[in-house]
Amino acid sequence: MAFEHSRPRLEPHGDPDSAPVLHAGHLDALWFQVTGTLCNLRCSHCFISCAPENDSFGLLPLEEVERRLQESVALGVREYYFTGGEPFLHPRIVEILSLSLSYGPTTVLTNGTLLKPRQLEPLAAAAAASRWSLEFRLSLDGFDADSNDGLRGAGAFERAIEGFALLLAHGFLPIVTVVRSWDPDREPEVYARFIAALRARGCAQPRVKMMPAFRIGAEEKRAGGYGESERVTNRMLAEDDLDQLVCAHSRVVTDRGIWICPILLDSPDGRLGDDLDPAARTPFALAHAACHTCWLHGAICENPGAAAPEVGAPARKAAR
Amino acid sequence: MIWFAARRVALFGGVYSNHLALDATLADAAAAGAEQAVCLGDLGAFGPRPDRSCEILRRAGIPIVQGNYDHSLGHGLPDCRCGYTDPRDNEYAALSYRYTFAHTDRGHRAWMRQFPAEIRISIDGREVLLCHGSPRRTNEFLWESTCSDAFLGWLLDETGADALCVTHTGLPWTRELPGGRRVVNVGAIGRPANDGDPRVIYALLIAAEDGGPPEVEWRRVTYDHLALAAEMRDEGLPEEFMVTIETGWWTTCLEVLPMKERARGRY
Repeated sequence: MAFEHSRPRLEPHGDPDSAPVLHAGHLDALWFQVTGTLCNLRCSHCFISCAPENDSFGLLPLEEVERRLQESVALGVREYYFTGGEPFLHPRIVEILSLSLSYGPTTVLTNGTLLKPRQLEPLAAAAAASRWSLEFRLSLDGFDADSNDGLRGAGAFERAIEGFALLLAHGFLPIVTVVRSWDPDREPEVYARFIAALRARGCAQPRVKMMPAFRIGAEEKRAGGYGESERVTNRMLAEDDLDQLVCAHSRVVTDRGIWICPILLDSPDGRLGDDLDPAARTPFALAHAACHTCWLHGAICENPGAAAPEVGAPARKAAR
Repeated sequence: MIWFAARRVALFGGVYSNHLALDATLADAAAAGAEQAVCLGDLGAFGPRPDRSCEILRRAGIPIVQGNYDHSLGHGLPDCRCGYTDPRDNEYAALSYRYTFAHTDRGHRAWMRQFPAEIRISIDGREVLLCHGSPRRTNEFLWESTCSDAFLGWLLDETGADALCVTHTGLPWTRELPGGRRVVNVGAIGRPANDGDPRVIYALLIAAEDGGPPEVEWRRVTYDHLALAAEMRDEGLPEEFMVTIETGWWTTCLEVLPMKERARGRY
């Protein structure tokens, strides 16, 4: 059967309660930790504690991005994601994103507070000339300063909304990405308020993506960490659609090598070596608490629509 | 397995219970000299009286690839497996699925369960793989702006086919790859292509005179879309669905659209 060898699978095991070891499937998405852990903000819920002085991961040079893009072609990679830190702290981010757009679909995750017309004008031109989408994912955690700035810092809302307006003015349709920090019962109301807030800022086609929080890094200090029982086991994955796990089809390029996923940068075992191939095929033990969030919610880091649950798969976990 | 060989084949997907567009498409395909028509799946959803489309297709006796909607209806799953997360999209998708499930005859649902996941045909010696979403996953969206050439090339490598034809997104596009290979998304005939034109689209795949990869002729089909909208109103379907049929602009299930495709639309 075509594709059988390119589907994710679990290492055979004898213990249903042990951590599953996942062999990834085809490498669909290549992520770039383009500004490492450097960020102009200091959000209290950041899963890797990014901050202005956090240089545990550094900037990726343009040449390194280009080398990895070239390598990705032979692997049949579908799309590229750029994250940090804050990608717009990178002095060559416009060249990097434009280069990526000559290879394939490109997404950049930004807090929106540093965007400048002199960056967005050439990016709008590069996006118009490309057959592929350039997606901006703009992080906001509240629909007004009161609900946002408690997590993201004083003044962050107004500056992000200015960035949002600038993106609209340059023809982009940013996906506002929101980390859930409210009671699940309030979700429909919170969602409606986000949509209304974006419409009020002149956006006729609002796009909102809701994400769960990862209770690691700064967020662990803010909201508490995971319980002992919040771990993924072989039993839990036995009938699951493994493609819902981000590491089943993604890897991350950092200045310290290839990493398993964008969330586990602080985990030393997340480093899979220096070469994309074989790192794309290196098995990984899903022993981390954050893996539980990924399993529970599924496909959390990708753009909407990138990973619908498999047609034959059981309904998503009711507990989400 | 090759189902048949031909030089001129009509390929359409996403019927979405639009039985008036389906009738018009089959008539247009015959008028355009298609030797054979193939449906790439998703008979139900969105439109009125799903049994009517099933009856037309059964009568026509044409091959059908299984779509995610056909799979869900056939196996009695709780939803369509389009994978929406946006609450508004989920609400419309759930409403549409409940209506379609309740109005699809049990015998038609059993029939849908037997559709194959893929069909291979030969166009003048070129092997063409027909499937619903992608050859590796029935509900994978292959949008024009989210598929790198490297990825499409890999899909073709894996299948060994010279050309790949899909639907599922509802938006038509085609791309020629190095080595004379081609990928085609044939669009959908159940709702218009989000471009302000109420007509629907399907693809005529034609053997190239020079022996190159099969060529695509896009066919825009006029049908009585106002009559369909009136029928949808009679059935109590949401007003947003009728707006799409009447104006040609998508109003729902927008969350999964990538930036380029979304920006071309109105909503």
